[in-house]
Amino acid sequence: MAELRFTESHEWVSAENGIASIGITRYAADQLGDIVHVELPQPGKKLEAGGEAAVVESVKAASEIYTPLAGEVTETNRGLESDLSRINAEPEQCWFFRVKLSDATQLDRLMTRQQYDDYLKGL
Amino acid sequence: MRYLPLTDEDRRAMLEQVGAAEIADLFRDVPEAARDPEFDLPPHQGEAEVERILTRFAAQNTSAAECAFFCGAGAYRHHIPASVDYLIQRSEFLTSYTPYQPEIAQGTLQTLFEFQTQVAALTAMPVANASMYDGSTGAAEAVLMAHRVTGRDRAVLSGNLHPHYAETIRTMAGLAGEIVTAPVSPGKAEELAALIDDKTACVVVQNPDVFGSVRELTPLADAAHAKGALLVVVFTEAVSLGLISPPGAMGADIVAGEGQSLGNALSFGGPYVGLFASKQEYLRQMPGRLAGQTVDINGRRGFVLTLSAREQHIRREKATSNICTNSGLCALAFSIHMTLLGDIGLRKLARLNHARAVALATRLTAIPGVELVTPVFFNEFSLRVPKPAAEVVDELLDHDVMAGVPASRLYNGAAECESLLIVAATETNTEDDIGRYTRELATVLA
Repeated sequence: MAELRFTESHEWVSAENGIASIGITRYAADQLGDIVHVELPQPGKKLEAGGEAAVVESVKAASEIYTPLAGEVTETNRGLESDLSRINAEPEQCWFFRVKLSDATQLDRLMTRQQYDDYLKGL
Repeated sequence: MRYLPLTDEDRRAMLEQVGAAEIADLFRDVPEAARDPEFDLPPHQGEAEVERILTRFAAQNTSAAECAFFCGAGAYRHHIPASVDYLIQRSEFLTSYTPYQPEIAQGTLQTLFEFQTQVAALTAMPVANASMYDGSTGAAEAVLMAHRVTGRDRAVLSGNLHPHYAETIRTMAGLAGEIVTAPVSPGKAEELAALIDDKTACVVVQNPDVFGSVRELTPLADAAHAKGALLVVVFTEAVSLGLISPPGAMGADIVAGEGQSLGNALSFGGPYVGLFASKQEYLRQMPGRLAGQTVDINGRRGFVLTLSAREQHIRREKATSNICTNSGLCALAFSIHMTLLGDIGLRKLARLNHARAVALATRLTAIPGVELVTPVFFNEFSLRVPKPAAEVVDELLDHDVMAGVPASRLYNGAAECESLLIVAATETNTEDDIGRYTRELATVLA
């Protein structure tokens, strides 16, 4: 798996061969608490960078998941729905959807793990 | 906290902050003609005078209890046991609002849970919410819910859906998508299936419809589902579900109905209580509040407000609806009445209603010129009379009979509705009422 990149809205991205997998970070999962529902995008949907792609709902909150990278949704992780507790247990193993990138250079704008950790310390 | 009115200084500071020169600037978006209207009102009066004036206004009403009453068309007069009023007036119930810290009010949540259970059983649907404002707003919410479920935004409305419901749907969902209304067709089958296309989110049909006709909806459900659309079933007479096939048994995806008939008085039009139920798979797209049953840390039964992340205090503009409340007291009255009746009691009540209506229809249609338009009905039917129905109603009122609702009041200007009278009979109508109606109608038409 490629090295992860991170966003300020607490998504992680792993990109390989022009396809990016996107999930939520440990920080996001901990903040949300027990996740009870995810709403995934339709494959084929075209997303703008920064656009809403999915919804994650916990017992007390619901949040949008944004895609930091523009592209077309190629695949969604339907397996998540049958075991939502995995998202809280190992968030970086749980991708929500995959996007065929329209501009792979957008990836360079995202934070490295070191940068993201520093960003979290400042919150 | 004391109430401290704003000083001129405060106003100036605020206007400056928002960049307005004077307060009138804040109303610039309101069309000129609608600004500062002049009202032709009498000068203010003292409490005693106001009471006298309003009493005089109120005396102009004729209440259902003062005459032989046969009006329905969306609101029905039924007997309400005295125990319902006694119980809902207990302070624990009467003063409690849908709670903001819900789990502390276990009793309130339990009554809502029982209510939902009853609504689900009555409609034969897997899930029901803690109630809506009334049947019509529930129907509009059902259309918006169908938009969310299907990702489409076209709704087909039966022409025999209560026109007030259709109007409410147009008000609440008209900006969210296209709404197609079929022509009104009293007592006849509608060709709704032909109006459903690949862009249709739902078809909305009332059963019994506004004219009283009871229908088999399975073919319509199949036609909707074949196009990927949902069937929304509406009802205005909850007691009918004690006798006729419930929406859930005929393929309904969403059900929205009026619950006034059980436990709630006519009260000149409200407050009423909306019943709302759906298939399990659409649960997360349901509007309104949901009470759920769970166990506490010690394994004891408890109740919660569940799935509240759908609601507007959390999801803001993305909430499933703007309804974060319910008709709590009316829902409680419904639940208490349902509990007092029980399964068998409700069926008996429904049979009694049907029997009264059949007796009335038989007597009235024996009058020359009076024709039954809706051969299959529950406790409400429509008659074709040999003169404008509105005139018949007015004339009978002079003889202490409220003969029904003229269809022309609901369908303004529809020629086929001019001579159509919508008549309801319930368990509250005595043999004497039915006899008086028959005699007076014969006289008026003679």
